[in-house]
Amino acid sequence: MYNDMVTLQTMDTIFYEAQRQGRISFYLTTSGEEAINIASAAAIKNDDFVVPQYREPGVLLWRGFSMQEFANQCFGNKADYGKGRQMPIHYGSNKHNYFTVSSTIATQLPHAVGAAYALKMDRKDACAVTYFGDGGTSEGDFHAALNFSAVTEAPVIFICRNNGWAISTPISDQFRSDGAVVKGRAYGVRSIRVDGNDALAIYSAVHAAREMAIGEGRPILIEALTYRVGHHTTSDDSTKYRPVDEIEWWRTTQDPVTRFRKWIESNGWWNGDIESELRSSVRKQILHALQEAEKAEKPPISDLFTDVYDVSPSNLREQEHSLRETIKKHPQDYPSNVPI
Amino acid sequence: MAAIFLGVGAATALSPSNCFDSKKFQLSTRRSLSGRKPWFLVVRSDGSVNLGSNQRSRRTQQLITNAVATKADSAASTSASKQGHELLLFEALREGLEEEMDRDPHVCVMGEDVGHYGGSYKVTKGLADKYGDLRVLDTPIAENSFTGMGIGAAMTGLRPIVEGMNMGFLLLAFNQISNNCGMLHYTSGGQFTIPIVIRGPGGVGRQLGAEHSQRLESYFQSIPGIQMVACSTPYNAKGLMKAAIRSENPVILFEHVLLYNLKERIPDEEYICNLEEAEMVRPGEHVTILTYSRMRYHVMQAAKTLVNKGYDPEVIDIRSLKPFDLYTIGNSIKKTHRVLIVEECMRTGGIGASLTAAITENFHDYLDAPIVCLSSQDVPTPYAGTLEEWTVVQPAQIVTAVEQLCQ
Repeated sequence: MYNDMVTLQTMDTIFYEAQRQGRISFYLTTSGEEAINIASAAAIKNDDFVVPQYREPGVLLWRGFSMQEFANQCFGNKADYGKGRQMPIHYGSNKHNYFTVSSTIATQLPHAVGAAYALKMDRKDACAVTYFGDGGTSEGDFHAALNFSAVTEAPVIFICRNNGWAISTPISDQFRSDGAVVKGRAYGVRSIRVDGNDALAIYSAVHAAREMAIGEGRPILIEALTYRVGHHTTSDDSTKYRPVDEIEWWRTTQDPVTRFRKWIESNGWWNGDIESELRSSVRKQILHALQEAEKAEKPPISDLFTDVYDVSPSNLREQEHSLRETIKKHPQDYPSNVPI
Repeated sequence: MAAIFLGVGAATALSPSNCFDSKKFQLSTRRSLSGRKPWFLVVRSDGSVNLGSNQRSRRTQQLITNAVATKADSAASTSASKQGHELLLFEALREGLEEEMDRDPHVCVMGEDVGHYGGSYKVTKGLADKYGDLRVLDTPIAENSFTGMGIGAAMTGLRPIVEGMNMGFLLLAFNQISNNCGMLHYTSGGQFTIPIVIRGPGGVGRQLGAEHSQRLESYFQSIPGIQMVACSTPYNAKGLMKAAIRSENPVILFEHVLLYNLKERIPDEEYICNLEEAEMVRPGEHVTILTYSRMRYHVMQAAKTLVNKGYDPEVIDIRSLKPFDLYTIGNSIKKTHRVLIVEECMRTGGIGASLTAAITENFHDYLDAPIVCLSSQDVPTPYAGTLEEWTVVQPAQIVTAVEQLCQ
């Protein structure tokens, strides 16, 4: 678990800087929420469907998504599973049972209920796990999804990453209820509040939740209290709406990675040497993946038209033909790294 | 063109409730079929009245019922075999649904009141008893969310059919349909398919009020990644339902509130209709009339008048609203060189508007006259029966339009 938390942290740092250098167009960090990402992933099994919002690449990391695969998606190159169609950080992998990220807030919550419903109908020993932030609890889909999951007795684990901020909106402007945990109770869903920066607490809560969800066929809501240390995305500068010392306090004294490290060190399983070794090797790996992904070719122009339907209908074939004609007429305006 | 019906106050003479007496329509259908006489009244736009064969006071009532129940006689004769069985359109939908649920255990239904209540229009009647509550799921009233749930279930391997109690309610589900249903297959790089069917009744009914008389095909037609079909007869309702369920793409199946009680004899054997094909209702030589859903019946009624006047209209029920079957449509235009589109959508941004554009782009050289598109006005559908009727294209307007087109 600690390995992955460090990897996640390092990946975030390097990819964020890559965006600042202009190498990738967009990025979104998970700083301060590494424990939620990794520990919750560790407590569930590979058969469980993960329906993420967008701040949970750690779950994919735990399931075996490689640095190269992450970088490929961010660069939108030929090897990207999404075929270059989505923004960076909108990972998705059906072989890892991780639904593709969709930018819209809270729309994934009913999807998770649907996925859990499917698992229940198929009588699988698996559940659906979905993540969302404090801001997501204001959306209509959140309320209906919780309500539905309770009524249909669907095995879903709702994990709310209450990190205090929805871009620039603090939770005091988001809701006046006592967090998200009371909302779960209101819908008849068993809920619990956990310290989101304590990896062990998250692990044991999610583990217990999974047993309850599958064994008793019911939804569970876990509210993990944490802090969004980074900016909302690379398009944001959070110092504009919150004090710098608040960010610093959470980043230094409340860092979940440091906290977990102190615990494993105190148990004698870790020390400073292994730490520096890990960090430097991870860093090398990530930089290498970044370079490889940058060099790789982009997906071909035909991928603009495939997968809209299972088979391309006539209007799309026509449009592709017309595009290719235009490219032939104006080859100098066409980018060189996108194969025809 | 604002040709209005005069003296058709008899709209209110019909039973005021939304669901009408199927027996009444059955009778008039039989009569008109056997009679084969022009059983209609034509009211011109200038107010003069042209007699059909019947001028009794009952005629206006007859007119409206015919508009719905006189399914193209050709449909009955061409599609049904000697055997076959008779049923109503909503029963045909149910039969298609049941056959698919028997065939594939992943097919399930979700919607409001679809379970033990059997659905507001009884399309899912009896299914909950047969397949259980889990496969025919009653959902709370949150359209965006149960559509989202359907999408999530589809991504995980089920084949859900989401029923909107009225298409207008699916406006609440627009977010899920546009952002996720249409997009996820594409943005996931083909990793996740969404074989969902979203269906429900739409269109102008009998004084259902503005909110319940919407034509959502207008609004949905732009969404990339979805397919849209509209059924109009029991035969194509069952066929399209089955094809939609088997399709790997998300399909929106538009039904019409007033067509649920249409009766037709359909084959006993299993069949499906192609989702992208238009239906040739009546071959002809003079003009191509493109229509779909309930307007098919208004067109066929107008066709009877037109035939009597010596015209030979070719009537095509386009069925596939996205994508258009430009092959069938094109062949027809190449033959007749004149096009009339009759739809229930609003003038602005409706299916007719897109179809006009598509035809102009592709078949401009074959046209001898500009395309005429008859649609509803850009107004919310009024509640008053007389006013409501004037917002829907009536057979008289169709006849006038053809006459003008063929001058």
